[in-house]
Amino acid sequence: MIQVFSFYLFAALTILSAVFVIMSRNPVHSVLWLIMAFFNAAGLMVLVGAEFIAMLLVIVYVGAVAVLFLFVVMMLDIDFAELRAGFVKNFPLGLAIALVLLAELVLGIGAYSAGALEMGHAAAAASPQIDGASNIESIGAVLYGKYLFLFESAGIILLVAMVGAIVLTHRERKDTRGQNIGRQIRRRPQDATVNVRPEVGKGVQL
Amino acid sequence: MIGVTHYVIVGTILFVLGVLGIFLNRKNVIVILMAIELILLAVNINLVAFSAFLNDLTGQIFAMFVLTVAAGEAAIGLAILVIYFRGRGTIAVDDVNRMKG
Repeated sequence: MIQVFSFYLFAALTILSAVFVIMSRNPVHSVLWLIMAFFNAAGLMVLVGAEFIAMLLVIVYVGAVAVLFLFVVMMLDIDFAELRAGFVKNFPLGLAIALVLLAELVLGIGAYSAGALEMGHAAAAASPQIDGASNIESIGAVLYGKYLFLFESAGIILLVAMVGAIVLTHRERKDTRGQNIGRQIRRRPQDATVNVRPEVGKGVQL
Repeated sequence: MIGVTHYVIVGTILFVLGVLGIFLNRKNVIVILMAIELILLAVNINLVAFSAFLNDLTGQIFAMFVLTVAAGEAAIGLAILVIYFRGRGTIAVDDVNRMKG
């Protein structure tokens, strides 16, 4: 009973938050609603026993992606009222496309519920959950065994994304005075200092 | 009783909301990126639900890779947004036709 209640609570809050993400006037509010949506989606995933993915969702999305969004929204000085100008104009078209998509997906779900198409024999699960082991232990066994190569590829994708983001946003600034180590080492005392013997009343020429 | 269909319906609604968000906020790239995150979240919910339903962990592994790609995509998208803003002073995407491509 409590599972049913939790499912409907999490599902309703996820969908409500998603609605507010796309309808919100202020993008900062959108980001906050996005965080709410991810939290509740993580709750949905905990309900089916996928704790690891749920925690990953909270850590990666709420901890990294949403904060990145917040940074960018707050860093850029943007007139958001101007950006919303087409909102009402785009509403009918967007709604029409969304309804068509929804109808198609509902049809798909209905067809799925009516029974799967027979396309060969259903094999046993390729990598089932280990009996008696926790979700994270089973995932570890599969991820670091069968899918090790894919796991490492995912790491490379993240590395490329990181390098790409740095390369894109890096800029050489001309107005800063950075350290020039070669010049610093080449500098000798005789170049840097001079002995002067100023005459009385003449002052020093620097 | 909650079955896999319930999860698929939640995923469907999230997906449609994400697509609707792209169309509603045509000018605001930040919200478009957030709508894409919603779409990927819908996909992840589907993958995890079927993974639990079929008792096969492959779905959860795949959801993790989707998460990886989503994080990379958000980082690159926002980086592009920042340099675009630096050059133009606005992020309205409906006049991104400089290259006339």
